[in-house]
Amino acid sequence: MNENQPIERVWTDLEAIVGREYIWPATANDAIDGLQPGKVIAPGTAQEVAEVLQCCSAAEIAVIPRGGGSKLGLGNRPTKADLILSTERLNRVVEHVWGDMTVIVEAGCTIEGIQNAVKQHGQRLALDPLWPERCTVGGLLATAESGTLRIRYGAVRDLVLGVEVALSDGSLIKAGGKVVKNVAGYDLTKLVIGSLGTLGVITRAVFRLHPIPVATATYSTLLSNAPEATKLVLALLDSHVIYTGLQLRATRPDHIALDVRLEGIPESLQDQFAKLGKVAAGFTFTESPAEVWDARQKLFADPAGAVVAKCGVLPSQLGSLCEAAFRQAKSAGGTANVVAQGTGIADVRFEAADLKSFSKILDGIRSEVWALDGTLVVQRCPSALKESLDVWGALQDALPLMQEIKGKFDPARTLNPGRFVGAI
Amino acid sequence: MDSHLISEFRAIVGDAGLVSAKEQLRTYECDGLTLFRVVPELVLLPASSEEMQAVVKICHRERIPFVARGSGTGLSGGALPVKGGVVIGVSRMNRILEIDLPNARVVVEPGVTNSAITAAVSGRGYFYAPDPSSQVVCTVAGNVAENSGGAHCFKYGVTTTYILGLEVVVSDGSLLKLGGKTFDNPGYDLVGSFVGSEGTFGIATKITLRIIRKPECTQTLMAAFNSSSEAGAAVSEIIKSGMFPAAMEIMDRLALEAAEAAVHPNYPNCQALLLVELDGSGREVELLMEKVGPICTACGAWELRLAKSEAERMAVWKGRKAAFAAVGRISPNYLVQDGVIPRTALPRVLGEIDRLSAEAGLRVANVFHAGDGNLHPLVLYDRRIAGQEERAMVLAEDILRLCVESGGSITGEHGIGEEKKAFMPVMFSEADLEAMQRLRSAFDPYNLCNPTKMFPGTDTTYQKPIAYEPHPIEKAGLAQRY
Repeated sequence: MNENQPIERVWTDLEAIVGREYIWPATANDAIDGLQPGKVIAPGTAQEVAEVLQCCSAAEIAVIPRGGGSKLGLGNRPTKADLILSTERLNRVVEHVWGDMTVIVEAGCTIEGIQNAVKQHGQRLALDPLWPERCTVGGLLATAESGTLRIRYGAVRDLVLGVEVALSDGSLIKAGGKVVKNVAGYDLTKLVIGSLGTLGVITRAVFRLHPIPVATATYSTLLSNAPEATKLVLALLDSHVIYTGLQLRATRPDHIALDVRLEGIPESLQDQFAKLGKVAAGFTFTESPAEVWDARQKLFADPAGAVVAKCGVLPSQLGSLCEAAFRQAKSAGGTANVVAQGTGIADVRFEAADLKSFSKILDGIRSEVWALDGTLVVQRCPSALKESLDVWGALQDALPLMQEIKGKFDPARTLNPGRFVGAI
Repeated sequence: MDSHLISEFRAIVGDAGLVSAKEQLRTYECDGLTLFRVVPELVLLPASSEEMQAVVKICHRERIPFVARGSGTGLSGGALPVKGGVVIGVSRMNRILEIDLPNARVVVEPGVTNSAITAAVSGRGYFYAPDPSSQVVCTVAGNVAENSGGAHCFKYGVTTTYILGLEVVVSDGSLLKLGGKTFDNPGYDLVGSFVGSEGTFGIATKITLRIIRKPECTQTLMAAFNSSSEAGAAVSEIIKSGMFPAAMEIMDRLALEAAEAAVHPNYPNCQALLLVELDGSGREVELLMEKVGPICTACGAWELRLAKSEAERMAVWKGRKAAFAAVGRISPNYLVQDGVIPRTALPRVLGEIDRLSAEAGLRVANVFHAGDGNLHPLVLYDRRIAGQEERAMVLAEDILRLCVESGGSITGEHGIGEEKKAFMPVMFSEADLEAMQRLRSAFDPYNLCNPTKMFPGTDTTYQKPIAYEPHPIEKAGLAQRY
């Protein structure tokens, strides 16, 4: 098939939709896992996004949606990548209904932008994703990233009240609504969150907000082995300490830092700290800078020569997970760096000498995590590793249903083909 | 139904799991929405997921539509049988399978009641947070189907926040495992999609859910106001102050009258009562509660009562939770609605409801989750009086439209079911509804699971209940019906 002729016609059609100045040639910076798209397009409205998708679908062009591009490395290598669809122009905070504690935003808004907009009324979005100055609403929802505030305020899925999504047949649909309580219709909002842009392009979202806490404090202690760390985490989870963050950090199995974040009115913080002391009798807690909560982000620095995995286990298995990570790294002559949350979700950075060592480590850690009934997703790795690795892990028995759903929403496989589970 | 088919079903579920006698089938002809009734062909009560799969496979083979049923307390007709179809009840699958307290996970069969879960873990200081007022009777499966809320969901969230994993039987009889015990399983969020799908995607046979730690201290403040708008204004001020109460409920005069007559909670005699519940650490609750009182007073509250002990709080909540059933004391019939509005629209909408009800010549008792704007207007009427039922239905519909016009939703908790399916186009465009149908067709390509619910244009064949004819002695005032 002559690839070039159909594509040229498509570019012309797309120019007609968004205007000539908003579609431009892609550069090497726009490559995804070694695949070089031809163009980048930046629609100015949700309606334009929908029309772009319809056009691409009809022409069998593969589209890669992109917000801030902070997590483009997530997912398997796409089977095809012709056009980057950037949401950069969809960047308005549409409405901050502060009396209802909700905010309506376009998908290209950065998380930092939203926080700045809503803090005027003493409110915040209780989510702390990586690189908030780059990360956009669309990317946050599509990847369902999990941060340190989740343990108290819930996941992305719990804080989104509704979405607007452009589908590949050109329709623009709304799911959910603007209010906190709403069970009308199917929860398509949940369906698209975490779907890695394979069902549609999110163009707008409604978030619920929380009050900015009056005061915040972070306390940390040091544990000398993994079982001790597990025990303390479980004790805290079972206690009346109202933590808003509970984190483990370790580069060695015999030296594990445990961080606790407290929020509230100052008198309450004192009370909470006293409680903390009682629950963790025998451990000394000292105040820590707020920067410890950025530990996750540091795992992603210097991506060359590193693999970062996201593991999901039960809280009672966090210690075992730490031990497994260090054991597997050591057996392949590499290192591990673990940042885990009390929710059981851990980000682990592995460094090793070569691809073969990485494969060995990943095979090993994957088996151990599966034996714990957990999950492991490779979030970032050298592109060459993706030749032989499915970043998502085991196929589940619901995969046929997921493929069926993909087939209903994006039959031409226009969106992110091959990047999601089971190479959807 | 063909007797061979009945025998085939009987061979799977046994006599204990089969209801076929006409009079007994009638007890399944409706759920908590008694306005619509359809007698099912058969009722099946499997005792295990194997039995569930086997009966669904027969339904699939014969193309018999089926409707799942928990305890039948739903208020939107979700468990209303489909003409020519069967009801599959989960009440015999009622075991708690696993309690993992360190990880705060519980695995249950679908027929376990909502409060049974809390009862099983409360001794160790935990509870299952979504608390619909019917929690003593309703099942977790029903909660999953409707994504049930409750008074405490303002702070704690609704059912979908707490469901981690499901095993479901879909319409061809296959058993699927969705989600699991850990967070963030890779793939599409099928658990999140299934919760709130109102029994149209399949039947859950196993549910993995999260429990949470009971707060250290809980206090409930009752504030008496001269109007619902004043109470609503107090709610807004409390939120503006940065506090995050566990629950905020408002009951108006009629609802209070009913509750008092039914369960005697001894509420202040006022036009509107606001309940504000704060929970958390002892110190914080004490300090914040000191702020709530003055806020209420500034908005017009003329009496404040604080319930601190568990017993005092239970008495306060008893009245609120009994509210729907209690209106039976002040009216022979009622319709309850479930609209949601943005909280900031509360005073205006309440005023509008007053106006609409005056125009319709019907009383409306109001009970609502003020924190999240979820209204429950109870339209009171007497079916025996010609035209009242029709006027009540029209008034209920007008209130729903009002909610959507105000930026809200037609249902906050009760679901669309049979009752509100005609209203889906008020909230959603054709494209929105078509997208929902795509998801449905992926789960149930054969259109067998609760096929007539949720969407307009689906076949509705039901009988209205036979109008009650008073006995001449009753008409003469010589006898009363209880």
